[in-house]
Amino acid sequence: MLSRVGDRIFWMSRFMERAENTARILGVTSNVVLCSTPETQEQNLLAPLSITGTTDEYFERHDRISLPALIDFIGLDPGNPSSIYTCLKLARDNAHAVRWQITSEMWETLNAAWIEMRSFRRESVTGPDATRFFDWVKDRSHLFRGVTYGTIMRGEAFNFSRLGTFLERADNTARILDVKYHILLPRVEDVGGALDYYQWTALLRSLSAFETYRGIYRDQIYPIKVAELLILDSRMPRSLAACMEEVHHAIARVHGQSDQPAKRLAAVLQARLVHGDIEEIFSGGLHEYLTDFLTDVNELGQRVQRAYLVTL
Amino acid sequence: MTTNVQAAVKGEAPGYDEMYEAGGGTRGPYEALARWLADLPSDRLIEKRREADLLFHRVGITFAVYGDEDGTERLIPFDTIPRIISRAEWRLLEQGLRQRVTALNRFLHDIYHGQEILRAGVIPAEQVLTHDAYQVAMAGLDLPHQVYCHIAGVDIVRNGDGKYYVLEDNLRTPSGVSYMLENRRMMMRLFPELFGLYNVAPVEHYPQLLLETLRASAPRGVRDPVVVVLTPGQYNSAYFEHAFLAQQMGVELVEASDLCVREGHVFMHTTSGHQRVDVIYRRIDDPYLDPLAFRPDSVLGVPGLLAAYRLGNVALSNAIGTGVADDKSMYPYVPEMIRFYLGEEPVLENVRTWQLRNPDDLRYVLDHLPELVVKEVQGSGGYGMLIGPTSSRGEIDAFRERIRANPSNYIAQPTLSLSTCPTYVEQGIAPRHLDLRPFVLSGREVKMVPGGLTRVALEKGSLVVNSSQGGGTKDTWVVD
Repeated sequence: MLSRVGDRIFWMSRFMERAENTARILGVTSNVVLCSTPETQEQNLLAPLSITGTTDEYFERHDRISLPALIDFIGLDPGNPSSIYTCLKLARDNAHAVRWQITSEMWETLNAAWIEMRSFRRESVTGPDATRFFDWVKDRSHLFRGVTYGTIMRGEAFNFSRLGTFLERADNTARILDVKYHILLPRVEDVGGALDYYQWTALLRSLSAFETYRGIYRDQIYPIKVAELLILDSRMPRSLAACMEEVHHAIARVHGQSDQPAKRLAAVLQARLVHGDIEEIFSGGLHEYLTDFLTDVNELGQRVQRAYLVTL
Repeated sequence: MTTNVQAAVKGEAPGYDEMYEAGGGTRGPYEALARWLADLPSDRLIEKRREADLLFHRVGITFAVYGDEDGTERLIPFDTIPRIISRAEWRLLEQGLRQRVTALNRFLHDIYHGQEILRAGVIPAEQVLTHDAYQVAMAGLDLPHQVYCHIAGVDIVRNGDGKYYVLEDNLRTPSGVSYMLENRRMMMRLFPELFGLYNVAPVEHYPQLLLETLRASAPRGVRDPVVVVLTPGQYNSAYFEHAFLAQQMGVELVEASDLCVREGHVFMHTTSGHQRVDVIYRRIDDPYLDPLAFRPDSVLGVPGLLAAYRLGNVALSNAIGTGVADDKSMYPYVPEMIRFYLGEEPVLENVRTWQLRNPDDLRYVLDHLPELVVKEVQGSGGYGMLIGPTSSRGEIDAFRERIRANPSNYIAQPTLSLSTCPTYVEQGIAPRHLDLRPFVLSGREVKMVPGGLTRVALEKGSLVVNSSQGGGTKDTWVVD
């Protein structure tokens, strides 16, 4: 496969996955904000900016933080390089460049999503119907992933699409966990209070993990168990372990030249999660653990680019 | 319905109609189609046409609009009434095309080698050697099978006298063949019953013939040549065709940035390293191919490509420098080329052409401007052109001055009346003017699929069939 084509497919999948995760973050934020105390409200509103690394950009445009402005900025602002709008545009543009190397269903799914995205009116999305918009984004992403899985030949296009999807998801789950823990941890001893209950369930819900948590632990919600589920449990499809398992499998299938650095790091990251222990992670500091993980995932992404996708 | 069409044809277009004779009878090859059309409920054609639009959109057979932002792309209008050519007539066309393209390839080889035709005085040497598209870099280069133009698209029209004439030889990067293929697929899907009435010669194997032709042009000694299609990219108006042909041939569609030249060989960057490329079906014009050799500002090109090509390590289809043989200044000499290289009389005629560089021709043309079409030698797309019969006295006088200032920049031709064919338009079925572009492949031997792309001017009375100017296309049938 041409490196340029591989690169487009990789980023097409990353941007679609990023759009979904961003919608999840916004969705949970608008929920949490409804039942926040004034002190925590601002923290909760700032969290999505911190997760997407766009705090400075936001305050260049807005004087103060508010939910409608946040949704507008992260959901719809064409000038924000990580808004859902921009992600969907970039996913579609990448697909357009390789529409003959992907299936027509994949192309049509992304093209239709982009055309519909452009028809959303800002007022209707930032108002009470915001949830509908977030659900729509998630649905587009589910549809695209399903269409890809169901139609594309099991070859390099498939491998690079999977690599892009799960590297992105690993990155996003780690960021969500990191930021949310910052907000939640100081109040660990209060666990069980109504407010925390909502905060924790919101976090789990944002990663489609609430029912899973209940199913596995049949217990009240403890931070350490939440972390264990979202980091180490490979049965949970948005956990770091599950993402790295997919990444590892996908990269193992790719036929490359001088790609040992990428393949080795993927194997190491997966092995660490398979053999990880949550007590150990906590004793070393969860924030430090996640920071290291994000650095490693970022490094892996760059090694993938260098090994396969860069045309030099 | 038949009588309505006939009336319309007689009323609107006094020239040659492909379907109906001047007396009102239906021409042989069209009889079954005319009967079928007459029996067809009128809304069925409308419905089928809508279906065709939808299918074309879904399959993505579109014409990219430059700077498109919306993901909407324009369709080239497809007409559901086919254009039919009898087998006997096609045989003549095929013979003429084979002869013409062979002579043009011989000419190209000659002017980049011994230049016999120039030494014999058949064509003035300075007209060839100072031509913009003459590439000195090609001099003395030996190409496999001595073929320069592997893919030619020859524009043919039928005049009011019922005879076919060659209007233009396209020897650079002719396009349109994907529409020929898709039109056939569409017709078979929309009207399978028609293919029961006719024995239509197939065209579907064109990509296979093209691949064979490209492989035959590979550098000598390469066993299993790697072929690629080189496109300027997704914003080019013919991108659909580039992608379509690559896909149909099962080869990579590359952009310049996918290629590099290392030690005289061309490679493409793949996810598993560099892979050798042997044959490039390039859909980029000469000046943009290699920034080191031609336009330094070209970002569409591959640095070092010309050097690799001159070493004989990669084949380009078409070769560099074919453009010298296909413009209006060289066109009048093609019949002479056929006589000179093949010792044969041309099967297909040229449109009579006056070269205003010749004083006799100039005098005649200046005296007859109101009835002639005058074109700039290098012009295209209808620019720099005078259509005598539709121009005002003032326009003609102004043009006369421009000719006098630089006569050798112009040629003149009689005003043709292109033949018409019933076509489905807003008002119903009406005659519209059309041309024909068959595609001629030259590799080890000359091959073509029967027919070609029929382009039709959808505006009443219009002679402009170009898709960029509102022209449409028809499926073209060669029938027994």
